[in-house]
Parts: sequence; C-alpha cells; structure tokens
Amino acid sequence: MVAYTRLCVATAVTAAVALTASACSSGGSKGSSAPGVTSTTVTIGSTQPLTGPAAPGYSEIAPAAQAYFNFVNDSGGVNGRKITLKYLDDAYNPTQTLTLTKQLVLQDKVFAIVGALGTPTHTKVVDYLNQQRVPDLFVASGCSCWDQPKQHPYTFGWQPDYVVEGKILGDYITKNFAGKKVAYFYQDDDFGRDGMKGLDTYIDKSLVVSRQPYQPGNTDVAAQVSAIARAKPDVVVLETIPAYTALFKLTALKLGFNPTMVVSNVGSDPITVSGLLENFAKQAGASVKGDQLIEGLVTDAYLPSLGDTSNSWITTFKKVHDKYVPKLPFDGNVVYGMAYAYTFLQVLREAGKNPTRQKVIDALEKGGLTGPGLVPYRYSSSSHAGFTGVQVGTIKSGVFVPAGSPMTTDDGTGPITPYTNQQPAAPADGVPAG
Amino acid sequence: MTALAVRAPVVWQRSTLLRHLIWAILGGVGFYLLSVWLSPFRDLQLAQISYTAIAAAGLTVLSGLSGQISLGHGALMAVGAYSTALLLEHQHWKLGVVLIVATAITAGVGVLVGAAAARLRGPYLAGATLALAVGLPSLANYHRLRETLGGENGLTVVSGPPPLSLGETFPVERWQAWICGLCLIITLFVLANLVRSRVGRDMRLVREDEDAAALSGVHVARVQVLTFTISAACAGLGGGLLAYVNSLAAPGAFPLSLSLSLLTAAVLGGLGSLAGAVYGSVIVTLLPTWSSDIAQSAHLSRNVYANLPLVVYGVVLIGVIVLFPGGLQAGVLRVWRAVRVTIRGRLR
Repeated sequence: MVAYTRLCVATAVTAAVALTASACSSGGSKGSSAPGVTSTTVTIGSTQPLTGPAAPGYSEIAPAAQAYFNFVNDSGGVNGRKITLKYLDDAYNPTQTLTLTKQLVLQDKVFAIVGALGTPTHTKVVDYLNQQRVPDLFVASGCSCWDQPKQHPYTFGWQPDYVVEGKILGDYITKNFAGKKVAYFYQDDDFGRDGMKGLDTYIDKSLVVSRQPYQPGNTDVAAQVSAIARAKPDVVVLETIPAYTALFKLTALKLGFNPTMVVSNVGSDPITVSGLLENFAKQAGASVKGDQLIEGLVTDAYLPSLGDTSNSWITTFKKVHDKYVPKLPFDGNVVYGMAYAYTFLQVLREAGKNPTRQKVIDALEKGGLTGPGLVPYRYSSSSHAGFTGVQVGTIKSGVFVPAGSPMTTDDGTGPITPYTNQQPAAPADGVPAG
Repeated sequence: MTALAVRAPVVWQRSTLLRHLIWAILGGVGFYLLSVWLSPFRDLQLAQISYTAIAAAGLTVLSGLSGQISLGHGALMAVGAYSTALLLEHQHWKLGVVLIVATAITAGVGVLVGAAAARLRGPYLAGATLALAVGLPSLANYHRLRETLGGENGLTVVSGPPPLSLGETFPVERWQAWICGLCLIITLFVLANLVRSRVGRDMRLVREDEDAAALSGVHVARVQVLTFTISAACAGLGGGLLAYVNSLAAPGAFPLSLSLSLLTAAVLGGLGSLAGAVYGSVIVTLLPTWSSDIAQSAHLSRNVYANLPLVVYGVVLIGVIVLFPGGLQAGVLRVWRAVRVTIRGRLR
C-alpha cells in the first residue's frame, strides 16, 4: 500500500519541482519585429554532433561559424545587430535533434535554424520547422531532399547535393579515363546511393565492374575491398566519409592493389584523411606517411582550397581562425563553418534594417548571392538547392589543386556547363557589403 | 465527521484495487494541472519523461522483482517504435489501437527473448540482452528490410494535430503529454496491482531463491518468461509513444546508451520501486538539458562543454549510490518516516 500511495504523490511532486526549476530559465524576445531579433541582437540556433559517432571533424563546424560571427560582431555586426549562435549537441541521435530543435524554437525563440547537421537527424525536424515558419537555412548535408520549395518553403540546402557532385565526377572520369574499368565503393545510405545515381548518368554501365557498399560503424571492409580488387578496375570511385576513405586505402595497400582513387568531397579533406591514415596504421602497428598515400587522389571542391594561400577568402578565414579559434586545426571543416556563416550574414544584410523571417526567405529566393563559393548558388523561388556544382582537381603534396574550370549542373537530366565568372574577392573587413 | 474518519481507512485498506484507482485519478488530475501550467516545450519534456518512465517501470519490475537484468530494453523500445511507425503509415488505424497492437507485438518479441533469458543467469543474461541492444536496431540497415524500415534514415511518423475542439492554438506538445501521461498512469496502475497480486509474490520468491520457489510449487521459468513479457510490453508502449512524440523511428534513436539510461533510471530511483522509476526518468530526461544549459551559459571551452553533461551524469549517479544505496525512493521513504514520526510526536 505504502508504495503506491506515495507513487502518485511522488510522480506529481518530482515532475512539478523539476519542471518549475527549469521553467524559470526560459526567456523570450520583447518588442521586436521577429522572434529572436532585438534592436541589438539576432539569435539563431543549430543542432550539431559535438559528441557521438559523427563528432570527429564535424564538431569543428559550429565553433568555426561562431568564431566568424564573433569576428563580425566585434566590428559592429550586421545593421547594428550582433549575431548569437546557440548550437546544441544532438550526438547525431534524431530524438535529441527533435527535442533540441523544439527547445531552440519554443524556449530560446531563435530567429532561424542555421547549418543544422546531418541527414538522418535533420529530416525528422523539417516538417516541424516549416509548420512553425522558422527559416531552416543551409542544412549541413548533401541530401537532395532539402530542395522542395513547395513542400518545405522555409528549408534551404547549402552544399552541392550528392547527385550534382556525382554527375560532375562521372563526366570527369568518362573524359579523363575513357574506356577504363570503374568500381564503386559507397556508403550504404542516401549519400552513397545519390552519389552513384549521379555517377551512373555519365559512366557507361558496362564499364562498372563492381559496386561494393559498406555500413558506417563496421570498420572491417576487407571483403568489399578484395571483391573490388578481384574485378581489376583501373579507377575506384569512393562515396565515403573520411574514415572509410582511409580504411579503403589501407586495405587496398595490404592487397597490393593501387587503382586511381576518385573521392567525393565529403570524404577527401586531405588533412583529415592523412591524419586518419596515420592513426589507423599506427593502431595496426605500421607506420605510413598519410600525405604520400593520398598523392594524386582525384576529388572535387566548391570552396577555395586551403592550399590557395593567395585566395582572399582563405586569408580572411585564416585570420579569423588564428584570432578566435586557434585551437582548432585549420581544415576543410573550419572553412565550411565560416563560409556558411558568411552566407547567413549576407542574407541578413539583404533582409534590411528590420529583418523578419519572411524577408530572409525573400532575400534568398531573389537569388544573385555570391561569396566564398567557386560556383553560384541555385537559390530562387523554384529552387532551394545551394551550390550548383563543383570543381574537380587532384591532391598534390597534401593540398587540393583544382583543374580546369568549375562545373555546374542540376540534379536531374540537365547538362554540365563550365562556370567562368571570376570569384569575387572577400570584403576587406570580412563583413558582407550592403 | 468522526464516523467518516474512522470508517474511511477501513474501506481504504480493504480494497487494493480501489485504493490504486483513487490514486490513479488523483495522479491524473495532478498531471493535467501540471501540463496546463507548463509551456509547450516543458510539455514535450513531460511527454518524454512519461514514455521513459513507462519503459523504466517495466524494467524495474523485471530487475527489481524477478531479479533478471536486461541491457536490451532500448531494442525493445525500437520494436514498439517501428511497429507504431509502420502501422500508422500503412494501416491508418487510430493511435490508441496502434499503440495497443505495438505493445502486443513487442510483448510477443518479449516472449521469445524471455524464453531465452530464462535459461541464462547473471553476466550471461546481461551479455545476451546487450547483444540485442546493439544488434536489433541495425536490422533497419539490412538490405532486404531497408525498403520497409527506411535504413539509417529511418521512418518519419506523421500524426494528426490535436482535436479541433480543444481550440486552434492548442499546443500539440500538450496533447502529446496528455496521451503519454494517460498511458503512464494506466501502466503504473496495472503494474502496481500486478506486483501486489499472487504473480508479484511469485516474482519476489523467484528473485530471492529459485530452488525454494520451485519447491513451493512455483514454476520458475514460467514466472521469468511472464515477467520478461510484461516488461517488454512496457518497453514497447514506451517505444510507441517515443515514435509518436518525436515523429520518428530511426536506428540512431535507439543507441546502446538508451538501454543504459533506462537501467540508470531504474537504479537511481530504486530497483523494484515504481515511484523510483518515475524519479529516475525525470532525472535521466532533464539532467542532460540542465547541464548543457549550464555549460552553455558558463562559456566553457568546446571540449568541456561537449562532455560536461556526461560528467554531471556520472557525478549524480555516484552521489545517489553513495548517499542512498537503495535508490532515491529509499531516501524519500527515510525522510518521510522521520517527518511522520516528528509530526506524530508533536500531535501527542
């Protein structure tokens, strides 16, 4: 009797006390044009994998974006408003993503969600954000699913989607390795399958001698790699994340198998991959030089190369990095975070002196934004896709060296066309000009 | 007045069922008032506490009463969640029916796992259920099931808005909290009666000494399988509600840490105590949010910020085990007794 008598009292009392305690911390914005906007601040939110399986590398993105915002805040902000980025750790768990997104929207009353990371995580909150009419900008994933302006008018992608990238890589392979046998090693999810869809548009199916998937989490890829090696391809295309690019290379090395590797942008950051190669080899009791192993690897980029030290964007980002987040490695993830932070500032400036959520959407749909990208954005009222292409190149002495001109295409049957416009220089103070 | 005061406890004590029913109604009223008073985001947390408590209550009955351990309840929640997601998508039944069927399906899985579990003891049982927690959610990535289960990306659960009769601006989170709260109260009511029934007595007997139980005519394996099934059913209902509240069923939502946090909730609250399962669920649901809020407002460095929730979690766990080895419920009871003795002393 005693147990159950107390049970209900206990339930009510603990829940009440606990929730009241937390209710006190909630606040909101007052007397302003839009949620999250005051006369001196704009508060935005994001969900990021700071811990858990996706954390290595990706956990640098949001701090880098925040560093860029701090840099701009220190020189006065945008239209007199300082930008606060509140990013929360969802550990790549979609349940957490939903809770934290609702926390940001309902509790912290953010103006917009910017750069939320991950396909399995973010697909679960897109409907919610659109119902609530919260701008959901620059989702950090190459899923083509963000580009649905009718269904999801508030959601915008940012990086080129995997189909677009696959098409351009496929075209490059067909032209530069004509008649050679090709094999695919791909991550068994939307990422890998979308990428293959793009590749297959340009690569003759009879030339594809093997297609081997891997499950993220299972680090033994010997079976797949030896199956690929037996098919004797000249070129292997990897639709992989960095860890699996490294695992593939090391396993191939053991088999004495040395094909030309073509790797998706996601899995080719030279600093990350060569670091992983050295780490994995060390764990197995061997010692390798990461840089040498990825020499000549073909990949692509849509942001300026870290090796291009004369590029004004890279020098600006490096300056911000050294001042605000010197402890992070200056790699592709940091450039990525700062580049989308810049895009947000641009849009915020375009939205005018009194930004509202609708004005931000209008500013993006108007199109015509240019910035750190090598290719233009596809933003318009009929498309919410981000960068519309990539530039193919090879890795030489640990840095990406672009070849030819950047290419653009769509994720359907559209042609691939070179993009010849010059990339604009970064504004001297790093603040987007009005 | 005096006559009532004298008679009431008699009726009160005579019927366990009636007593539990009264408390369930009071609990329901309390839950309702709390949900109306809270903001929508807190209602969401209330809903999450409720479904966690349902699963933790099932686990505390299993571990605390029949003495079996399970590290695999997260996987059973996944079964409930995927059943709910698939039924809502393909059958278009009402939510209530879907939840009942999802609970029954998970109970069915529980019979199978329970039959295997009844043959295993101690670390072997922990190991087997651990394998379940790690292995089962990745079934979604198995290539033949991927079309149905949605692979790594999982399924998106579409559930209707709250009834229009509640008003157009009625927050959906409050409606979800009500559904979860109702399920929690029903579950606790059923479990509270169950543990005070003959079945509950058999469970305790099995926990204390299997040989003695067998000698007294208790069919040990049958009791263990039955307990596992009941416990799995609770996990299934909790999982179904998780899918409904968070509008998803995906492998990433059921990591090993979910199974461990359910066990943590049960142990923190006090193994075998239903009230303890509720306390424990409140803690495991709210603690990460609190600690990450603190970390964020204190402007800590990135590495500290990201790991502080885990540290706080560990410290709380150690603190509770050191201060209240029997769990929070034991601590609460101790305080309650002290208060009652003082009050009685004063009244005399």
